[in-house]
Amino acid sequence: MKEPLVEVEDLKKWFPVKGGLFSTIFSRKQLFVRAVDGISFKIMKGEVFGLAGESGSGKTTTGRLILRLIEPTSGKLCLEGKNIATLSEKELKKMRRRMQIIFQDPYESLNPRMTISDILEEPLSVQGISSPAERKNKVSRALEDVELIPAEEFLHRFPHELSGGQRQRVAVARALILEPGFIVADEPVSMLDVSTRAEVLTLMLDLVKKFNISLLYITHDLALARHMCDRLAIMYLGKIMEFASVEKIVHEHLHPYTKALISAVPVPDPTSERIEVVVKGEIPSPINPPSGCRFHTRCPEYLGDICRTKEPQLIEIKPEHYVACHIYTK
Amino acid sequence: MPLLDVQNLKTYFFTLRGSVKAVDDISFQVEKGEALGLAGESGCGKTTAALSILKILPKGGSILGGQILFKDKDIVKLDENEMRKKIRWKGISIVFQGAMNALNPVYKVGDQIVEAILAHEPNAKKNEAEERTAKLLELVGIGSSRANNYPHEFSGGMRQRALIAMSVACNPDLLIADEPGTALDVIVQAQVLKMMKELKSRLNLAMILITHDLSIIAETCEKCAIMYAGKIVENGDIVSIFKDPLHPYTQGLIQAFPSIKTAKTEMTSIPGFPPDLLYPPSGCRFHPRCPYVMDVCKKEEPNPIEVATGHYVECHLVGKR
Repeated sequence: MKEPLVEVEDLKKWFPVKGGLFSTIFSRKQLFVRAVDGISFKIMKGEVFGLAGESGSGKTTTGRLILRLIEPTSGKLCLEGKNIATLSEKELKKMRRRMQIIFQDPYESLNPRMTISDILEEPLSVQGISSPAERKNKVSRALEDVELIPAEEFLHRFPHELSGGQRQRVAVARALILEPGFIVADEPVSMLDVSTRAEVLTLMLDLVKKFNISLLYITHDLALARHMCDRLAIMYLGKIMEFASVEKIVHEHLHPYTKALISAVPVPDPTSERIEVVVKGEIPSPINPPSGCRFHTRCPEYLGDICRTKEPQLIEIKPEHYVACHIYTK
Repeated sequence: MPLLDVQNLKTYFFTLRGSVKAVDDISFQVEKGEALGLAGESGCGKTTAALSILKILPKGGSILGGQILFKDKDIVKLDENEMRKKIRWKGISIVFQGAMNALNPVYKVGDQIVEAILAHEPNAKKNEAEERTAKLLELVGIGSSRANNYPHEFSGGMRQRALIAMSVACNPDLLIADEPGTALDVIVQAQVLKMMKELKSRLNLAMILITHDLSIIAETCEKCAIMYAGKIVENGDIVSIFKDPLHPYTQGLIQAFPSIKTAKTEMTSIPGFPPDLLYPPSGCRFHPRCPYVMDVCKKEEPNPIEVATGHYVECHLVGKR
């Protein structure tokens, strides 16, 4: 757990806003959606690192940036010590063996015209790994790894013949087949039925441990994040507000936003205390994020001018517990 | 006398491949001012049950049997004209899933609510309806000045609120909400649920909350019915459902929901997947996935058994006790 596998430093992604013809000609200023606005973290070897936040907080963009599925605006991105932000296409293709992704919707991420064996073989042939006969072996083994047994029964089926949970297992197998060191899982179970969610997550955890893979788990569901992750970062409008071990986030959270987020999670127990909503309104537009601390417009513990004017830095308040809030730096 | 008493309701869809038994012999009651949560996985028939109550089933679907007694009157027997004049909006109203897309983008939000009022209360005057709209919007926590905004100027949570305001515009006794929390972020979802709870007690509304998320039901309802493959497998007050679930499916479903407040627990899932309702399994529909399956489960359909007052379970295991 000591060695960092992925290092992200001051990563930024600003998407230009496309205006109409009129505004393109006459407007002086180009507007940007600041999807990810300067975040830094490290993911250790074999660690499950969670990114949680509301929609529009930039968590999915972060996941795609790390794999360079989209080009970062600025910042440093290291995987196994190599800066992937500056790699050429050719070098990047080589690196892709080491990093893979599991998408949210297994109904859309698998090609409906390909059989399961074709889907799993494709990454191997793209990367030019092993002979065709060996590839077949690898495909069968990958299916067994994700507990689609017996493998022969699934090889020649099409995605539409499988249930949602089975499809997502195929997506997991496809990510694993290149033996990567790092996998991004973007809301991998949000499209699945509740009764099958747990088995996919448990399987992913088992495989991550078995192959010593680092996992970036992106989710909006904090109860699931707690189940999956070792460390958890809470994002809001493109910034990390707090990050620490998952139990610290759940029980000893410091940032007012984390507090609001955790207290808003419904609890499946009718006898426990009911939710108290302290935060008003909804997440503001990332085109013109609020000045200073981005949460100050909704913050129940607003301190005054300092929150409005000065952006808080992410600081280690307690050992291994980082918070970006003025309450703790005064 | 319950406000809504559904008895042995059967709704099938007729397709070229055969009939889909989407809702197959379900019974439940909702009292005045009470919230019932209807929970289950996708495809278990919970939305079909709701659409049957309002008789707004899509093409191919029809109610084949059973009674829906609303204020002691059987709705199943009413014709379309009576449904429109007496029941929909005034008696029972519904908030559909996907609030983001349910409003018409080219009309102002306020005008859409006014239209709903005028359409169902022909005697109402326009300025009266406008006043009521302003009050309704305030009731759900939207400033009345926002009535002149178009839907795109509203955030997702506000659109959901506006739809809820619209649904109570004609003072219904029963509100059906289909997945009111999904598609909203946790904080906004919590705000909307809290608002619905307040609305319920202020207007003495009865509610049916349809969701796959048991934690939302625990948060808002007094009673809960668990559906599986077109059947209600367990039905009772929420404390007994959550604390003492008797049906193996309910037990499995509850274990699939981790809680953030208590100690970290093992999350388990139910092996297999829901059946195809064209060809539901024989006997108990849950038997292919049930960890306690017995021979009788494969042959005989279990009958509902009242284990405690108001707590019904359909399972052979319970019958044996």
